[in-house]
Amino acid sequence: MNLLEYRGKEIFARYGLRVPRGKVVTSADELDGAPFPAVLKVQIGTGGRGKAGGVKFAETIDEARALVPQLMALTIKGFKVRKVLVAEKLDIAQEVYVGIVLDRLNRCPVLLATAMGGVEVEDVPPNKMFKAALDPLVGLRPYHLRDMSVFLGFPKDIASQIEGIVETLWKIYRELDGTLIEVNPTAITPKGEVYCGDAKVVIDNDALYRHPEFAQEPEDIPPLEARAKAEGIAFVQLDGDIGVIANGAGLTMATLDMLARFGGKPAIFLDLGGTDDPEKVKACFRLMNEARPSKIFLNIFGGITKCDTVALGVTKVIEEENIKIPLVARIKGRNEAEAREILAAAGIEAETSFEKAAEKVVAIKGV
Amino acid sequence: MSRTTRVMVQGITGTQGQFHTRAMLDYGTRLVAGVTPGKGGEHVHGVPVFNSVAAAVKKAKANASCIFVPARFAMDAVLEALESPAVKLICVITEHIPVHDAMRMVAVARAKGVRLVGPNCPGVAVPGTGKIGIMPETIFRQGSVGVVSRSGTLTYEIVNALSEAKIGQSTIVGIGGDPVNGTNFLDMLEFFQKDRRTESIVLVGEIGGNAEEAAAAYIKRRVRKPVVAYVAGRVAPPGKTMGHAGAIISGKSGTASSKIEALEAVGVKVADRPGAVPELLP
Repeated sequence: MNLLEYRGKEIFARYGLRVPRGKVVTSADELDGAPFPAVLKVQIGTGGRGKAGGVKFAETIDEARALVPQLMALTIKGFKVRKVLVAEKLDIAQEVYVGIVLDRLNRCPVLLATAMGGVEVEDVPPNKMFKAALDPLVGLRPYHLRDMSVFLGFPKDIASQIEGIVETLWKIYRELDGTLIEVNPTAITPKGEVYCGDAKVVIDNDALYRHPEFAQEPEDIPPLEARAKAEGIAFVQLDGDIGVIANGAGLTMATLDMLARFGGKPAIFLDLGGTDDPEKVKACFRLMNEARPSKIFLNIFGGITKCDTVALGVTKVIEEENIKIPLVARIKGRNEAEAREILAAAGIEAETSFEKAAEKVVAIKGV
Repeated sequence: MSRTTRVMVQGITGTQGQFHTRAMLDYGTRLVAGVTPGKGGEHVHGVPVFNSVAAAVKKAKANASCIFVPARFAMDAVLEALESPAVKLICVITEHIPVHDAMRMVAVARAKGVRLVGPNCPGVAVPGTGKIGIMPETIFRQGSVGVVSRSGTLTYEIVNALSEAKIGQSTIVGIGGDPVNGTNFLDMLEFFQKDRRTESIVLVGEIGGNAEEAAAAYIKRRVRKPVVAYVAGRVAPPGKTMGHAGAIISGKSGTASSKIEALEAVGVKVADRPGAVPELLP
């Protein structure tokens, strides 16, 4: 789960890190008590808000009163702005980047730091980026910090502040099951004070049971995706017209690709998972029905999953919910003959060939 | 995995554990023990259940483990298995294990030289010999193609297509869909290159991370056997987790096109759909 910047900064402050003073507002009426001059930043669950006009400066509260409604009216990459952070505008002499990210290939966290802060980290040349792989059983050690400080080359006073920040970030990463923590910029003021100017914190979804404070956190994702998540269904909205239900994440992705190959455009990615439980099948179809694709493609490869049990769930939910969206099914594997009979009785013709079924669903007329 | 592999199932008394114990036994796997704390002395499909790994290893001579323990307790189960020097292979089927837990168990396994497969994986199968995990035995056919995959059902789809084309498999390994896995593509490529029963290799990848790019670099340096690949997620949008925790395009990295390009650049034939994999094998 991606924490919004202000939530990340709240956590930073709780761990004793120095963050700019700020106030979160939802309207111009709530600006009293906010620090000025200020930077106004929309709080949304995606990056690139600066380029999209989601970051403004206000010298005074009156300037901010005019800006807040404009910012609140923005929708960036499909994310409606619901909150604006009004933060003390720092006088910045230099911007540094520090982060702890996951190195999947080496199966460990990596400490990253560069004096080229403020920019896209992906654009920093490798020889300007300090990297230290952290053994999960050993963790962050003082020698990692010493190596980092030598690499960055700041005077002792600033170097020790940055080392302190990294030590605390590591503590947060470990204690809160972080999968990514970035502070960009880590801001150095002309007086030599180091602030965490931004906070990007991602918490492992699978570890939320250990962190009830985030489990209830409303996440900035589309409402149907939020409901799917609450029901434990892997569901992603795309911009096409064909709703895809398949069993298994890999097969569902392969199904989107197959549709694209025949010129089709997927609207929904829905992974049924390794289940043939009719209740789960029904929940998935109800969600799909609400997402209103113009047609549905059901792709089942029955290994352990029994195709006929899936088919039973499908025909039941279509009847119960009176689903009118045209459905093309591809059924293959365990008990496929029985499944085809069940679907045929409900007027649904099932293919066995993945290719043929995909071609068919692209060709039929939707609602 | 071989004829001498003696499997215990940790979490044998749960629904999944019982169901797949039956399937593993039916396929001929030497499944010698189960472990569920507090249920020692019971039997599941004739297999004795022990209270601890240590007891299962001592009394039933288990040397491999298949983990069905729920995510919250899975790390503990894996660490318990890793305490026994006799245990050389651990397949973690459990899904939704926290990444930090996965990193720790993988680090311990690597330090001890134990082969850990998963988490969130369908397991390992050697057609004609046995299987550990949850792969459906109906799709297997004995032969000489080594299959390694990040996905479950997509693997079944491809293995089934191979078998229907009368192309058999030497070993099938699902390495799992999580960001951190104990066994990765490089480990399996190394294994298949050395394995005398394997003549060609099928690699099934998907979006997220750079495992396929790393595999391509490894293939160029070390692999002399023909490799055919399929990569899922060509039309997946950036920033969205596509079912598997590890299947996410972050910024510009982890796209299917980058993976396909890297693989093709080192001479790997990449299928444009699962059904095309058999045609591309020599």
